[in-house]
Amino acid sequence: MEKKETPPNFLKSIWRFFATVKLTVAVLLSLAVTSVIGTVIPQNQSSAAYIDAFGEKLFRIFGLLNFFDMYHSWWFQLLLILLTVNVIVCSLDRFPVIWKIVSVKNPPFNVRNFRSDAKKQEFVSKKSPNVLRKIYESFIRQKFRYCRVEGTDNGWCLFGEKGRWTRLGAYIVHLSIIFLLFGGLLGSVFGFEGYVNIPEGETVDSIWLNNRQERHQLDFEIRCEDFDVSFYESGAPKEYRSLITIFEEGQPVFKKNIVVNDPIRFKGINIFQSSYGTDAADTATLDITSRKSGLDYIKKVKIGETIELPEGIGMFSLKKYSRNALFRGHDIGESFLGILRPKDGNPIEVILPTRFPGFDKMRKGELIISIRDYDKRYYTGLQVTHDPGVPVVYIGFIIMILGCFVTLFMSHQRICIETIKTEENSRVMVAGTANKNKLGMQQKIKKITENLQDHS
Amino acid sequence: MNSSAILSLTTLVYGLAAFLYIFAWVFKKEIAGRVGTWVAFLGMVGNLAGIILRWIESYQMGIGHAPLSNLYESLVFFAMTITVIYLVVEHKYGNRIIGAFAIPLAFLAIAYASLSPNINDKIQPLIPALKSNWLIAHVVTCFIGYAAFAIAFGVSIMYIIKGGTIREEGVLSRLPDNKVLDELTYQLIMFGFLFLTGGIITGAVWANSAWGRYWGWDPKETWSLITWFVYSTLIHARMMRGWHGKRIAFLSILGFMAVIFTYFGVNLLPGLHSYGAMG
Ligand code: HEM
Repeated sequence: MEKKETPPNFLKSIWRFFATVKLTVAVLLSLAVTSVIGTVIPQNQSSAAYIDAFGEKLFRIFGLLNFFDMYHSWWFQLLLILLTVNVIVCSLDRFPVIWKIVSVKNPPFNVRNFRSDAKKQEFVSKKSPNVLRKIYESFIRQKFRYCRVEGTDNGWCLFGEKGRWTRLGAYIVHLSIIFLLFGGLLGSVFGFEGYVNIPEGETVDSIWLNNRQERHQLDFEIRCEDFDVSFYESGAPKEYRSLITIFEEGQPVFKKNIVVNDPIRFKGINIFQSSYGTDAADTATLDITSRKSGLDYIKKVKIGETIELPEGIGMFSLKKYSRNALFRGHDIGESFLGILRPKDGNPIEVILPTRFPGFDKMRKGELIISIRDYDKRYYTGLQVTHDPGVPVVYIGFIIMILGCFVTLFMSHQRICIETIKTEENSRVMVAGTANKNKLGMQQKIKKITENLQDHS
Repeated sequence: MNSSAILSLTTLVYGLAAFLYIFAWVFKKEIAGRVGTWVAFLGMVGNLAGIILRWIESYQMGIGHAPLSNLYESLVFFAMTITVIYLVVEHKYGNRIIGAFAIPLAFLAIAYASLSPNINDKIQPLIPALKSNWLIAHVVTCFIGYAAFAIAFGVSIMYIIKGGTIREEGVLSRLPDNKVLDELTYQLIMFGFLFLTGGIITGAVWANSAWGRYWGWDPKETWSLITWFVYSTLIHARMMRGWHGKRIAFLSILGFMAVIFTYFGVNLLPGLHSYGAMG
């Protein structure tokens, strides 16, 4: 028979465990301490970078402990789950009791408790209890939402209270935490976060997912019509602006200029301006100097085009543009690549870095070719996200702020005034309690007493 | 006079106020404390004037924005909020000895802003990510919270050095009652906690409007959450387990260490949080 009782007891003790504030303190402090790790070790870097920084051995150990993506590790998520279970169980555990206290229509009160209050105030008035009753009642009614007066053997007793519902404050905050964690979960299961770079004038229909070498197909197309960056005099960027058009089934359906802090929100997908860069140029203006005659010629060439060189030297084709070309293993930055075909002799590959106009001199050819100018084409860097959890999280934010305010600054206040007829006058007692900020309540009672004395 | 000159002057005024408060406490000269209050008030007015003037100057330079966009500006604002909150506390509690532990913090904040070679006090144009009204809401709420925590820290230090005993004589005997210190610490922390919560939330909303994610575990975000966890622990320990006195004072000091690290230390860590970086 005894065995049968074990399961409920066992469950009960688990339930108790999850309802304690000890667990809350332990989990909150554990979260605080472990969160530090991820701020000291940069997250989601390449293995090579980690081995460089920590050495092979530590890299293995840290890897096993998920320190390189710790906020998504099983143990960190477990702490979050513990927190959630804790907050839910505690609320379920206590809520019925609190609700019973909060939902009473006619709150009970006991004058004796107030009489024994060490901080009660007392004074004597010349007026009779009946006269005082009217004055005091209307005064207290203005300050306390609930007020009732009961006659006693030789006088009366007034009871007022307000803010009973603020006892729910902690539950409001705890509810908001459930919203936040649930919203976060929604986002991580059904949402995505990615980026895409689009050269001006081009269209894409998929993006790269962050932290994963994986593309994500969109069900619409994004075109970057135009990109502009402006700078302050100091050289710091002032504004990035992309003109974006969204196409569905080949038809433009939405068009907007986006800047940082002002994204496109289209069908639950957000498109943010986040970076930019320069992309393949397609036309270059060449400066061609002949060593023999010393003359300068200027020619405009498109990529893929072939032109005739001056002074009958041969032909030149512009092959491609590269953002960081290598020359003998060194990065020489933005460059054009071309092929020179002299009238007599073999084709020669020519590198024309935009930053070093004299570079082609090294070749010691009959002509020195350099890039005078080229049409730079920008690409815009967009962040593309989808997070169906956001509304839930935002509701959580609002509930949390309201709940914190209620919990921290509002209290359930009760006041009791007792007036007893004595010979020729009345004796008045004022006492009050609050479930929070007791010092503040004492001061309030003092003030109310002074006010009442003035009125009588 | 330009804003930099006013703010430099404010630094001196705060220094004087701090000196007066400490002097009044150590040498039991009440009159010094009373003068200290007026000097602190003057400092606050100068501080506010400096901020407003700097705001105007930024518009005259054609890059108008609220002066809350870099470390210098935030420290200046921090000093002002500490002073405002302290003056309110002084008014409510009628005790000037707390000033000896609060106003020096305001002085340190603005002195560090003005004097550190690492901090640029030029009015800089806003980079694109900072062009958001959420930035203002975020900085204002965060720093009101930090200022309340700073004063709570000062009060906790008072509690600790007093050692929880009642003393008859000496400098320490003039510190306020343990009960008052304990209550004041908690009041300030509740106030700070509301604003810290607001600060984290406005930060999250801003991040969502600028980058499309409300939380990214970047070091600054994470450290603000760590701070929140510490103070949240304190609130539960007090409300549910009845912690008082020394234990609350220690948690309050720990919390403020987390605030300081969120504010300055994070810049030493790898990662990016453009706002608040040195420079
Ligand atoms: C971060 C996650 C949180 C968890 C896991 C948590 C958990 C808990 C738990 C287990 C209790 C004890 C309930 C009981 O035994 O009756 C409690 C009580 C309480 N919590 Fe939290 N809490 C959290 C956040 C907060 C926050 C942010 C506030 C801020 C205002 C707060 C305010 C309170 C209050 C005032 C109580 C006392 C409730 C009462 O008097 O009935 N909690 N919390």
